[in-house]
Amino acid sequence: MSDAKKLAIIATKGSLDWAYPPFILASTASALGYETQIFFTFYGLQLLRKQLSLEVTPLGNPGMPMPMAMDKWFPVLLTALPGMQSMMTAMMKKKMKDKGVASIEELRELCQEAEVKLIACQMTVDLFDMNPAEFIDGVEYAGAAAFFEFAGDSDICLYI
Amino acid sequence: MADFDQELDASGLNCPLPILRAKKTLNQMDSGKVLHIIATDPGSVKDFEAFSKQTGNELMESKEEGGKFHFLIKKA
Repeated sequence: MSDAKKLAIIATKGSLDWAYPPFILASTASALGYETQIFFTFYGLQLLRKQLSLEVTPLGNPGMPMPMAMDKWFPVLLTALPGMQSMMTAMMKKKMKDKGVASIEELRELCQEAEVKLIACQMTVDLFDMNPAEFIDGVEYAGAAAFFEFAGDSDICLYI
Repeated sequence: MADFDQELDASGLNCPLPILRAKKTLNQMDSGKVLHIIATDPGSVKDFEAFSKQTGNELMESKEEGGKFHFLIKKA
């Protein structure tokens, strides 16, 4: 066993905003010399798709800053209108690009280059009938016991 | 600013990209060589201090000049 510090992350969310914490922390930890694993389960599995179609939603998210002070005069119900989610996603992506924030694709690639181990929860893959051919190369498939083998020895363990 | 062997312009990039780019560049450098990093992300000041402490690559200099942040890091 190596004496490098270890970071274990469980990624459970499949939206554009929540895709950032696992990939930012894993890539940074690797740069600092950590051995890192991310265990993707439930909606987190969306982050492993070759073709990402991650979105943000203003629905049920009172903390989301809205452009043009929309939250001041826009009834919450209207954020459920068709097209609203893709509009918010497009605006968020543009803002991220303007501010020099990396794309999820880029961060994920950096994680892979840094040999962050990406593990898909086999149970959820089966549950949702997901096709592993749609996932990026290099993903491993395992269950809870395999997660604990690594997490039990980790210095930091995060549930995101 | 002291001499350096290689330069990395991370202007316009936000957390954690300046650190990741710096690490990648350092990986390709020989021990003892010095990397000059230019960044605009204000968070990078604390981040490069922490990076240096945790990786053992010495932060020789850290300063702000002309609205940009400059770091000199010596590869361990």
